[in-house]
Amino acid sequence: MTKSIRDHLPYLLLLAALVVLPFAISFLTGEPLNKGIALFSQGLMIQVFILAVFALSYDILMGHTGILSFGHALFFGTGAYALGILVKYAHWSLPVAILAIIVIAALESFVIGILSLRVHGVYFAMVTLAFATVAFILVEATDFKQWTGAEDGLHGIPVPDAINPAIHRTEFYFLALAFAVAIFLLVKLFVDSPSGRVWAAIRENEARATSIGFNTLAFKVQATIISGIIAALAGALNAMWNLSATPQTMEVGTTINALLMTIIGGSGTIIGPMLGAGVLQLLGYFLNLWLGSIWQLVFGLIYILLVLFVPYGIVGTWRVKQLDWRAAWRARFARVSK
Amino acid sequence: MPNILELNSIQTFIGQFHILEGVSLSVAEGSITALLGRNGAGKTTTLKSIIGLRPPRDGAVIFAGTDIRGRRPYDIAALGIGYVPEHRAIFRALTVEENLKIAERKKGDLARRADFIFGLFPDLKKFIKLSAGQLSGGQQQMLAIARALVPDNRLLLIDEPSEGLAPILIEQLMTSIRSLSAHTTVLLVEQNFRMASQLADSYYLIDDGKSVQHGAMKDLVNDRATIQRYLGAAQA
Repeated sequence: MTKSIRDHLPYLLLLAALVVLPFAISFLTGEPLNKGIALFSQGLMIQVFILAVFALSYDILMGHTGILSFGHALFFGTGAYALGILVKYAHWSLPVAILAIIVIAALESFVIGILSLRVHGVYFAMVTLAFATVAFILVEATDFKQWTGAEDGLHGIPVPDAINPAIHRTEFYFLALAFAVAIFLLVKLFVDSPSGRVWAAIRENEARATSIGFNTLAFKVQATIISGIIAALAGALNAMWNLSATPQTMEVGTTINALLMTIIGGSGTIIGPMLGAGVLQLLGYFLNLWLGSIWQLVFGLIYILLVLFVPYGIVGTWRVKQLDWRAAWRARFARVSK
Repeated sequence: MPNILELNSIQTFIGQFHILEGVSLSVAEGSITALLGRNGAGKTTTLKSIIGLRPPRDGAVIFAGTDIRGRRPYDIAALGIGYVPEHRAIFRALTVEENLKIAERKKGDLARRADFIFGLFPDLKKFIKLSAGQLSGGQQQMLAIARALVPDNRLLLIDEPSEGLAPILIEQLMTSIRSLSAHTTVLLVEQNFRMASQLADSYYLIDDGKSVQHGAMKDLVNDRATIQRYLGAAQA
């Protein structure tokens, strides 16, 4: 087995498990793919894939560049509403609408980045929250009801039959999985690139990065644009999945979810926030199923315990422990070989 | 040798506080110049003023004949000034290799300068794939200096390289700085007078934000009264 395959084995195994999952559940329950638990579980996982990509986009800012944003839902909601309006009212084809979303999200995040990134830390977070709140008010406003559906949201977004989740859920499952994998690889490419190294340097110490010759504002805007585009694409897929775009996509709670997924999974680890999305979504579902209305209370307690005992998130803490174990083994080996 | 850097009575503020009240100095190309003074005298602020992190409000910062005062730090760095901040300013989460690669101004800078850099700091080659946070204090300081050597810098500003290092590591570091001075000019801020006196050709003394005295280092070494007055009894 080559080193490359060995290094990536956990990822490949996870991918294989996700490919097989719908068929395995169908086989175990004895139900066809488009019925019962097999169908429902695909829906649950589709939400996980969408949120995983959203969390990954948030991690580009928080985990890799050290930028805390409270307005990330703005990009997610932009993707959802732009898709709905362009496909339903402008009658654009889906591929063209998605290209347009990339352009819209790039412009939006560029403007917000340039305006907001001159302030740092919590001030940046507050400015982004203000932008997202304005957008939330606008989509809820009755003035634009004919386009946004105001409080009710924009419903009945037409999606081509071949990938319509109401008709072909398994196809949509694989579309969402492929989307998540593609974005994962893309983000890994960015993070491992020279730009990714500068993001890490900015996260560690912005003044230091500036003093060795980097225009840190330009790199932070670059990270914001990439993050914004990915979040908007996740929002567009969310609109395709729900066949609607609702004001909830722009709520601050949506940003907080991304923050939770990133922290639970391990910020700055790429795969961590995606796992965090799985944990948040699946744990939330099962706690709700088992405990009823008190599930959020229990989830809150679990979250506190995770922060206390798994301080770097699931993947981050695992990597730290691995380093400790390796160091301990090296020390033991050195003692024995003396 | 012509001067590569000249400061003409720079005035630098931090908020409302007037920190540098007229620092002037000249650094000859190819030399090592030490900037000496007590804690809080304004040595680090002088370096930050040169690189643009604390832009002076008045005065002139002439680098290679051009006034660079008021330019952005990344523009100043791009002109060929490398800055090695105090406190082992490395990026701990990045590997040694990434710390060096990040400083490339042109693709391939590291590959081109690898022999020179790893000749000065062989440990870095040994630990190239290790996370920089796992290096010892001395190795971290060497990495911080090595990072400034990756691009073709004409002037290095090095702030307190010996801070917190064991004597044996200081010796190693001195050897390295002496070797690199054959290739570039160094403006060195150093509290450890013994180290500074063995490395530098000339010196500037800063006191209360003003440059108060300068000359050849060999003259200062014998001037115990000046050392005691401006650097403290312990250094005399």
